[in-house]
Amino acid sequence: MTVQPRPSLAACPACVAAPQVPVEAPPTEARLALSLPGIHCQACISTVERALNAHPAVHSARVNLTLKRALIEAEPELRAADLIPVLAKVGHEAHELDLAALATTGSDRAGRDLLMRLAVAFFASMNVMLLSISVWSGASDATRDLFHWISAAITFPAVIFSAQPFFVNAWSALRVGRLNMDVPIVLALVLALVTSLWETALSGEHAYFDAALTLTFFLLAGRYLDYRTRAVARSAAEELAALEVPRALRLGDGGAQEVPVAELAVGDLILVRPGGRMPVDGEIIDGQSELDRSLLTGETLPVYAAPGLAVSAGEVNLTGPLTIRATAVGEDTSLHRMADLVAIAESGRSRYTSLADSAAKLYAPGVHILSALAFVGWYLWTFDIRMALNIAAAVLIITCPCALGLAVPAVTTAASGRLFKRGMLIKHATALERLAEVDTVVFDKTGTLTAGTPQLTNLHDHATENLAVALALAEASAHPLSVALARAARDAGIAAADVQQIAEVPGHGTEGMYQGRVVRLGRAAWVGAVQGRQTAAWLDVGTGEAKPFLFTDALRPGAAEAVAALRAAGKEVLLISGDTVGAVEELAARLGISKWVAEALPDEKSARVQKLTNRGHKVLMVGDGLNDTAALAAAHVSISPASALDAARVASDIVLLGQDLTPIAEACSVAQKATRRIRENFRIATLYNVVAVPLAVAGLATPLIAALAMSTSSITVSLNALRLR
Amino acid sequence: MSVLAYLIPISLFLGSVGLVAFVYTVRSNQYDDPEGDSRRILNDDWDDKPRPD
Repeated sequence: MTVQPRPSLAACPACVAAPQVPVEAPPTEARLALSLPGIHCQACISTVERALNAHPAVHSARVNLTLKRALIEAEPELRAADLIPVLAKVGHEAHELDLAALATTGSDRAGRDLLMRLAVAFFASMNVMLLSISVWSGASDATRDLFHWISAAITFPAVIFSAQPFFVNAWSALRVGRLNMDVPIVLALVLALVTSLWETALSGEHAYFDAALTLTFFLLAGRYLDYRTRAVARSAAEELAALEVPRALRLGDGGAQEVPVAELAVGDLILVRPGGRMPVDGEIIDGQSELDRSLLTGETLPVYAAPGLAVSAGEVNLTGPLTIRATAVGEDTSLHRMADLVAIAESGRSRYTSLADSAAKLYAPGVHILSALAFVGWYLWTFDIRMALNIAAAVLIITCPCALGLAVPAVTTAASGRLFKRGMLIKHATALERLAEVDTVVFDKTGTLTAGTPQLTNLHDHATENLAVALALAEASAHPLSVALARAARDAGIAAADVQQIAEVPGHGTEGMYQGRVVRLGRAAWVGAVQGRQTAAWLDVGTGEAKPFLFTDALRPGAAEAVAALRAAGKEVLLISGDTVGAVEELAARLGISKWVAEALPDEKSARVQKLTNRGHKVLMVGDGLNDTAALAAAHVSISPASALDAARVASDIVLLGQDLTPIAEACSVAQKATRRIRENFRIATLYNVVAVPLAVAGLATPLIAALAMSTSSITVSLNALRLR
Repeated sequence: MSVLAYLIPISLFLGSVGLVAFVYTVRSNQYDDPEGDSRRILNDDWDDKPRPD
């Protein structure tokens, strides 16, 4: 952009004389976003804003309490990682958000657009209603004509602007030769406007301008509710994705450099620190460590990693730093190839027809036929085309799916809102309806029923001295088993023994000198023991055989309750895991699940889900790993925890935001209640039609009756939906 | 009934003032953070002097 001399707009001579401040600053500002899950009050807002604004590199910071987020304008070299400790110091937890993944601004335009149309429809319908009430209460002759003409002048532009979404939808359905809910709506609107205008021109008694506008308003309200529900879910899902900022350490000439994962190329050398996740598929060329593959395969046992081993994106490096050479990046990684499986599985699900669609399929042709019959019948009876057209319009308006348009969105909004408060995010529009039909629940083990953190089981099998040595060795390592061992030993009141020269041998364990002997804590093969069926770390104190510390996976909070509640509700519960037979059997026994499958490969998982579906079961799949994605997509409806891989979250319909699994059982019952309410709403709407349609066909319907039927049915339906909260 | 000639335009005008005001609030992002805005008014940081920027 070229900088042009700006003309001075100042009016006073002193301002002209004063040196002009450059108004347009060069765009050096980095936009950063932080997620602040803990903020909840006005004091939090000011603490966070003051702390951020006090940082020298920050230009301005603003907190959004509704989204629990802070947006920061700052110097380009400032990183979110520099600000997180600043906020930690004032007592606020913060996480970096990837701004590229937060594309809410674009989609929010659609919501704003709908809101604008809703406002115009409301304004116009209220004004026309005022005029119509005067007509109904007895305005006649020239006054009535005047009121009708003013109503027409308000209604035409308002409907043309506000009802655009219906026109567009109806046209796109008609173009491919289908009928949807919008076709009768548009037909009713057009017919009502045309006949009303004709009547007005002939100084007629009945005009349906108010009905056309109220119809538009109620239907738009339904659309807006529907949009809001999905926008809330989408923005929360986006936030989950944005919390994983994809960066990697690329080794170049000047040492390691942090780059976005998207910039990595095949052949790049990448450093993966302990605790880090593999950004790409590759081969280890340097370093020794252990890998946690549980998110990909469901195995809980860490795998030994040495140069030459192939690694896949998504695996977690546990102990030592590894250098890998990228063999596949971006779309080609095994993580992304899984998307093909998901796409195949999803094609089966798209066959589901929502309740609203099936209602529309019955409803739309019925209304058209009824209205056409009324027209033909009255025309043949009286040969008065004006009267026949009037009656046809009245039939269409009275039967118009005003309440039907509100029936589903009002219920799903209320139900989603209630479940969101309990920590469940309903991502898919028809997820609730499908959840209500579920009779079989399939759980994944690792990371879903279990928390993925190991728990020591045989502390009391060991002598206190050995425990003291093990504690000293375990404290020197960040390996999950060591951390769990150290925690368990400290809780039992053990003090660490005086072990000298402790060193971690990446990929094997830790060793040190104790009373002149070499002591080791680590993998079975390293200390000369044989690995059993259970996850174990082995302690060798140099006197006799190595002894195992056995671990099980800690249960996720609420796992037992969720399984019990689902079984109590008469659902069949299955456990399908990629982990070893021993581990799965033990967990199944602990939770009382009688049907389980171990060592299942990803396509086996989805095949089993498919088989259950073919046998007529409606399957709910709960899983978190990459090996679950195909099964998640193949199931009738699916849930994944927030800790799941991005791919799994995308494939599932519902995301569980907290750690606790208990809401799953509640969600099923809420979904059943919601579906019951939707059906009730359809029945209420039909009942109003059954009462009003004979009047309309008989030619007895007045605009007043139309307005009353429409408003009362819409309000009853909305109130019925609110009972869910 | 000639009073209608004044009253109808007046009611339409008042209604459209409301509509325009609503459109203005939507366009100026006043619904982006309803919770935060309702809390910010309780903030006493700039009670004594206006915020410098």
